[in-house]
Amino acid sequence: MRKIAIYGKGGIGKSTTTQNTVAGLAEMGKNVMVVGCDPKADSTRLLLHGLAQKTVLDTLREEGEDVELDDVMKDGFKGTHCVESGGPEPGVGCAGRGIITSINLLEQLGAYDDDKHLDYVFYDVLGDVVCGGFAMPIRDGKAQEVYIVCSGEMMAMYAANNICKSISKFGKVGDVRLGGLICNSRKVDNEANMIQEFAKKLGTQMIHFVPRDNMVQHAEINRKTVIDHAPEHPQADEYRALAKKINDNTMQVIPTPLAMQELEDLLVGFGIMN
Amino acid sequence: MIKEVNNSVSVDDLKKFKDEVLHKYPKKVAKKRDKAILLNDPETPPQIQANVRTVPGIITQRGCTYAGCKGVVLGPTRDIINITHGPIGCGFYSWLTRRNQTKPETEADENFMMYCFSTDMQDSNIVFGGEEKLKQAIREAYELFHPKAIAIFSTCPVGLIGDDVHRVARHMKEEIGEGINIFGFSCEGYRGVSQSAGHHIANNGLFKNLIGRDDEKRGDLKYRVNLLGEYNIGGDAFELERIFEKCGINLIATFSGNSTIQKFENAHTADLNMVMCHRSINYVAEMMETSFGIPWIKVQPIGADSTAKMLRKIGQYFGDQELIDKIEEVIADEMVAVIAAREKALKKTNGKKAMLFVGGSRAHHYQNLFEELGMTTLSAGYEFGHRDDYEGRVVIPTIQIDADSRNIEEITVTKDETRYNPRKTEEELKALEAEGMEFNGYEGLMPQMAKGSLVIDDLSHYEMEKLIELYKPDVFCAGIKEKFCVQKMGVPLKQLHSYDYGGPYAGFKGAINFYEDIEMIACTTIWKELKAPWESETYVEAQYAY
Repeated sequence: MRKIAIYGKGGIGKSTTTQNTVAGLAEMGKNVMVVGCDPKADSTRLLLHGLAQKTVLDTLREEGEDVELDDVMKDGFKGTHCVESGGPEPGVGCAGRGIITSINLLEQLGAYDDDKHLDYVFYDVLGDVVCGGFAMPIRDGKAQEVYIVCSGEMMAMYAANNICKSISKFGKVGDVRLGGLICNSRKVDNEANMIQEFAKKLGTQMIHFVPRDNMVQHAEINRKTVIDHAPEHPQADEYRALAKKINDNTMQVIPTPLAMQELEDLLVGFGIMN
Repeated sequence: MIKEVNNSVSVDDLKKFKDEVLHKYPKKVAKKRDKAILLNDPETPPQIQANVRTVPGIITQRGCTYAGCKGVVLGPTRDIINITHGPIGCGFYSWLTRRNQTKPETEADENFMMYCFSTDMQDSNIVFGGEEKLKQAIREAYELFHPKAIAIFSTCPVGLIGDDVHRVARHMKEEIGEGINIFGFSCEGYRGVSQSAGHHIANNGLFKNLIGRDDEKRGDLKYRVNLLGEYNIGGDAFELERIFEKCGINLIATFSGNSTIQKFENAHTADLNMVMCHRSINYVAEMMETSFGIPWIKVQPIGADSTAKMLRKIGQYFGDQELIDKIEEVIADEMVAVIAAREKALKKTNGKKAMLFVGGSRAHHYQNLFEELGMTTLSAGYEFGHRDDYEGRVVIPTIQIDADSRNIEEITVTKDETRYNPRKTEEELKALEAEGMEFNGYEGLMPQMAKGSLVIDDLSHYEMEKLIELYKPDVFCAGIKEKFCVQKMGVPLKQLHSYDYGGPYAGFKGAINFYEDIEMIACTTIWKELKAPWESETYVEAQYAY
């Protein structure tokens, strides 16, 4: 079983990319579980066709300690297992602690046990690594492989670099590794080359360049992944390609985060000069 | 007269301690601890480093801000329901551990001190916020007990997740109505460098939410005083109440030993504030002076002689011959038994050595009692004192305010428009000062300690072991965390936070108790028997043969 965490700046398209990639893996016949680690609980909407499910923390709060795996896990597109960690309303409590509680509960309930024959677990984690709770999936071997979704925009790269800092911190004491950057294009000038260079400096790879296409939006409105909604569309093939690359990926590194100046130089060199 | 350190330990010996200890520390730690370990000079007290963060990794004696606010200052009041908002441990371990006593006037009077109230926060309250559970706890407490007041104390996680205890307090006050008083304290454990921050936060809360709410003058109107910074450990307050009553002095409120809400609310009708533990309560004394015009004096009713001194100061302040005569009569009467007990103990205790590392004033006050026993204090220091508690209030303007102190709420108090009433005119105060009375002053621990004695702030465990190893004191005074380590080293330890199982030690009868207890623990030969039998037996040694 490979345990993968997807990180990246808020709004960059982590949930969309994760679900589309998972759809690609499911199509290949892989047995995949997706754990949404975002209090908004919208990480599995496309796989479940919008079906609102109870989050782990809501269930825990309402049912007490007596929770069954079936209460929190729903099957979606091609048998993917979907879980939402959930969390408090904005401005209250501690969402980071919520993620810790919910991942621990899933472990206790045996969600990852061998009898589930899982090939993949995907953690879709909110935004930047903001506190200990949000780093939970990459601590203590909860996830061994991290992919960072980014684009050629300054802040997306800045966030990616920050996440690398956290991976390199935990990688030195644990087994978490960076598998690569997924460039979710924002049509920034020279974007693919810049992310490739950025990845190289981090000691990793740009595993795939996902072009921008309106079909993603169409599929989302229909509460589906592209592979589900328009299997013949070229964008579906992009996600299939990404799924295959992740499936075949053997490059696992402890990244070398950049200094702020280096990052700015990179942007100047690729973005503005050309 | 400058006292000299006991002949058996010279100033050079005490210097040796500092050298040895600092040598062992990493360079940065040594540099920091260097400023907190001083050889005393009572005439010109050297500047000590105090009220700064403990070096991480050092085993400190200190407690947390929550402990200072809930445990020390508000804990001893019997008719406030004190709810600890947090995980259960904070509430449980601060439940009656200081041995504060209280005595309701009638059986029907409320006493909640034997209860422990906590919201018992669980994981889900941390994740989703604990305000609802707190409201529920307040409702429950109200329905069960119908108290006059409920106080909420914040523990660390409450601050981290941002529960607003003050908003909850306001909300619940409106919901319950019926004249209940509900207030919260932002006294999260990490808020200050020690429990001292909690005292300040508690003082602010007392002033904002309780003091001055009841203007009715009750009881004898002649000699009305408050005693501040007395927490009725082991029954200290009962003994002091007995003495005041015997002298005909009307004790309006004690902050907060054996206290009630009504006494706090009425405290501003007193004519003199006496500050016992300067560190934990001086803020209230200052605020009451600014707001209501009540002068304050520092007193030390620990030790029979200094108790007598306190009473004479009261007599002098009110300047009434009838009172002065009565006080002298009481002192003479009380001192008979005191002197008999002292002479009996002195035979054994004279010339013995003590060390005191406790509190923010106890390490100072208890030296009076040891002096009465003919014992020398070789070394002393506070856990959470500030520079003014060591060097005297004169240094306050020169104390640097650091970021940790700024973290504590400062409230601005102004003259109460209608109730400000200076109890003495400027001239009267000046005249009393000319007679030797000191107002709003505290000279600190250093001027009372012998030249060349060691003064150490925030003593670490390592330093404590070193002190005992080098100087073998006859008695060591600290708290429960130190007690058994010290006793295993063959030195008796007297807990001055809880008095072990003893007390009271304040006032006249308290002094007698202390003489007896110290004679008992410091003059027994049992400490020589601490060696385990196998430590002195010879035994067969063997080695593996390969």
